Amino acid sequence: MSDLQLELEILRYDPEQDQEPRFQTYSVPCQEEWVVLDAINYVKDHIDSTLSYRWSCHMAVCGSCGMMIDGEPKLACKAFVRDYVNKTVRIEPLANFPIERDLVSVLDDFMNKLRRVKPYLIRKEEKPLSEGEYRQTPAELNKYKQYTLCINCLCCYAACPQYALIPEFIGPAALTMAHRYNQDSRDQGRAQREEETASHEGVWDCAFADACSLVCPKHVDPASALQQMKITSTVDWYLEHLGMGGKKS
Amino acid sequence: MSRRPYVRRISTTTWYLKKKRDLVHMIQELTSLFVGIYGILLLWGVKALSEGPEAYGAFLEALTGPLSLAFHWVAFPLVLYHAISWFNVTHKAMPIQRGEEFLPGKYIVGAHYVVWIGFSLVVLFVAGVF
Repeated sequence: MSDLQLELEILRYDPEQDQEPRFQTYSVPCQEEWVVLDAINYVKDHIDSTLSYRWSCHMAVCGSCGMMIDGEPKLACKAFVRDYVNKTVRIEPLANFPIERDLVSVLDDFMNKLRRVKPYLIRKEEKPLSEGEYRQTPAELNKYKQYTLCINCLCCYAACPQYALIPEFIGPAALTMAHRYNQDSRDQGRAQREEETASHEGVWDCAFADACSLVCPKHVDPASALQQMKITSTVDWYLEHLGMGGKKS
Repeated sequence: MSRRPYVRRISTTTWYLKKKRDLVHMIQELTSLFVGIYGILLLWGVKALSEGPEAYGAFLEALTGPLSLAFHWVAFPLVLYHAISWFNVTHKAMPIQRGEEFLPGKYIVGAHYVVWIGFSLVVLFVAGVF
């Protein structure tokens, strides 16, 4: 039994027919406990099967259903319809990314940037398996644990005014992932990553608007990672120019 | 089926007017201009001081003029806003880990205020206010 009626104004774009995106309105009977993703699924299943969008887990883990809901980047599976009653809810694909089709964004730019920051453990010399695992204390784990919670939903890129203005900016999620590995006691790859992260397209394109942290559905706080990287990059620059080394791993 | 991604363009001059969060950010960015002007003012004062008591007296006299006072009425609150808005996010840039846990941000922010007030008192003391 439906409890409330929701008006969804969804941005549609068919690359084979449309010159530019257009809005299409759907009236959806919702239950109070539904999230916006449920309402979109209802449209797909009962009203218009041509609607395209990404989703998978329905529990804020996979990061697939990031989209603009009433102008804010959110996970559709975490935005409750009861927060949007008595109004028309505008649903658009994530801002700052090209539109592939309807609510599906083109994420190639992010994937390329993520690759550039080398988001994996780098060792100067791998020890043989016979010597066992790389051990870590709980304190060492806590140093970066918060940044491992990123699910690459890319809400942070959609909120970032710098990424909107400077598409070359590596951006919050990719740089945060670099910081996550830089902070990991098992890693020795900071100097390698700094070629990208300390460049003009790296942390120095961040103006600390803090929008990424405000919209992050997993409370990763990318802005904090980027500001800490700015300090590290500055210290490294001075150490390097004072002939004291710098860029230590 | 061919790909034809659609790129949404944004205005590079009015983008910050669409969302309150972006507008507040731009206001904070613009207040840095007044921090810069205060810096220039300070350098002007130091230069006048180096030129002797007469030049420094003229500098102080210029500060009491109506135009100068009007500037300070505008600039001081904006510089104050700039400083406070940055102090309030310092814990993000410089977290302190003690053992397994991180020190709550309020202590890091608070320490900045304490140092700020301390320096201000020293400056006021040196300036002969008390």
